[in-house]
Amino acid sequence: MKNVLAPFSQALALALALAAVSPAQAVQFDVEIINLTRGSYFTPFLVAAHPEGNNLFVSGEPASANLQAMAEGGDISGLVADVAALNATLSENPAGGLLAPGASTTTSHDTDPAPDNTRLPIVAMILPSNDGFMGLNAVEIPTEPGTYVYNVPAYDSGTEGNDEIVGSGVPGEPGYPAPPPVLASSGSGGSGVNAMAEGFVHIHRNVLGDDDIAGGDSDIVNTVHRWLNPVVRVVVTVN
Amino acid sequence: MRRFLFIFLVGLVAACDGDGGNGPTVIPAPEPEPTQAATFTVTTTNLTVAQPLSPLAAIIHDSSVRAFSIGEAASDALEVLAEAGDNSGLLEAIEGLSEASGDAPLGPGASETLTLALPDDNTSGALLTLVTMLVNTNDAITGINSLDVSALAVGDSMTLSTNAYDTGTEANTEATGTIPGPADGGEGFNPARDDVADQVTLHPGVVTADDGLTGSALNQSHRWDNPVARITVTRTQ
Repeated sequence: MKNVLAPFSQALALALALAAVSPAQAVQFDVEIINLTRGSYFTPFLVAAHPEGNNLFVSGEPASANLQAMAEGGDISGLVADVAALNATLSENPAGGLLAPGASTTTSHDTDPAPDNTRLPIVAMILPSNDGFMGLNAVEIPTEPGTYVYNVPAYDSGTEGNDEIVGSGVPGEPGYPAPPPVLASSGSGGSGVNAMAEGFVHIHRNVLGDDDIAGGDSDIVNTVHRWLNPVVRVVVTVN
Repeated sequence: MRRFLFIFLVGLVAACDGDGGNGPTVIPAPEPEPTQAATFTVTTTNLTVAQPLSPLAAIIHDSSVRAFSIGEAASDALEVLAEAGDNSGLLEAIEGLSEASGDAPLGPGASETLTLALPDDNTSGALLTLVTMLVNTNDAITGINSLDVSALAVGDSMTLSTNAYDTGTEANTEATGTIPGPADGGEGFNPARDDVADQVTLHPGVVTADDGLTGSALNQSHRWDNPVARITVTRTQ
């Protein structure tokens, strides 16, 4: 049987080799983003398709200023400009604001105008957190029609100490921004967890929180706002 | 591979036939093989250190039913399983092609294999769901949700690492008297829905008294990280 199949193995190898050098294939795909957490919100998502060889962040390395602005305050404008400069196909803020726990949002992409846009990044800040974000880091966009599921963890941008008190979303300023639904579920009057900016992007060690709504160290609620990875499920459907 | 060889042999037969030139040869149809009921074994391993899993509920069903969905309220039957570890309601509520129940709680580190046989060899549209409670919690479950097993060939298997879900039917107070497992021996099912949102999500984990939750009946040993179980599905027939 081996002999019978040998020519086919060679043909397959040839076909694979040809596929490797053939031009990238345009893909029409839908992206569904599901917030899996019990009590955390996500700020506006950046969903893009850009060429291979680019990353919005690299674990173990310092965050860019634009990643910092996203991770500390939910501001994706700098990252949008970064990927736009790569001729990316992109969608900004498909959820039209905060994505609530258990909620989902969908956006569609077509790389026909730029078939070299073969990599998919998705980022958004997680609230409440000082500088936590969900990051799907430039995964290869599948070209075969079908449904593909990605479980996405939370990262810490490493740019701000995790003091866990209601405060500012401006890069470099302490505390976390608290738009209405986040403020409503947060405590207040926390003295601040003693923490320093870590200096590099890494998997988030989770928020600490406490059970003292009107004081304690943290304004984050330990029974509501903690998470266990994954924090987001991304479902890519290639049409 | 097998199919290719078959075509190859058919080709040879056809060639011999052509050489004879004596008209068509009548080949009697082979006796139909007796159909064997499609059978699956499902092996669940509890990966936690101190969270026994309530008796497993495993069901093979079609796409007309679903045990739960992220962002949607849990059914009453799922609530009972998630708060009390009682799987009887869920097994009754989901119309299945085949179902099985664990004999007893599945302790930390332990494994159990359930067998599910379909009525015949037709696996078209077959989805597998398995649900069990982490009993030292208010309402945490784990399992697999409508996994497509229709294309699994005899002898093939799939292994999944499963996350913990929060059914959203009971607030995660961890308070003494609210947890049915051996850590507390407290209340199981209570129809009140008092969680921060009446919807299924992933579970945030337990905080425990050792990590600063006043009044928690749990200690550090009851914490876990995902995955909480490993489940291997094998088609045996």
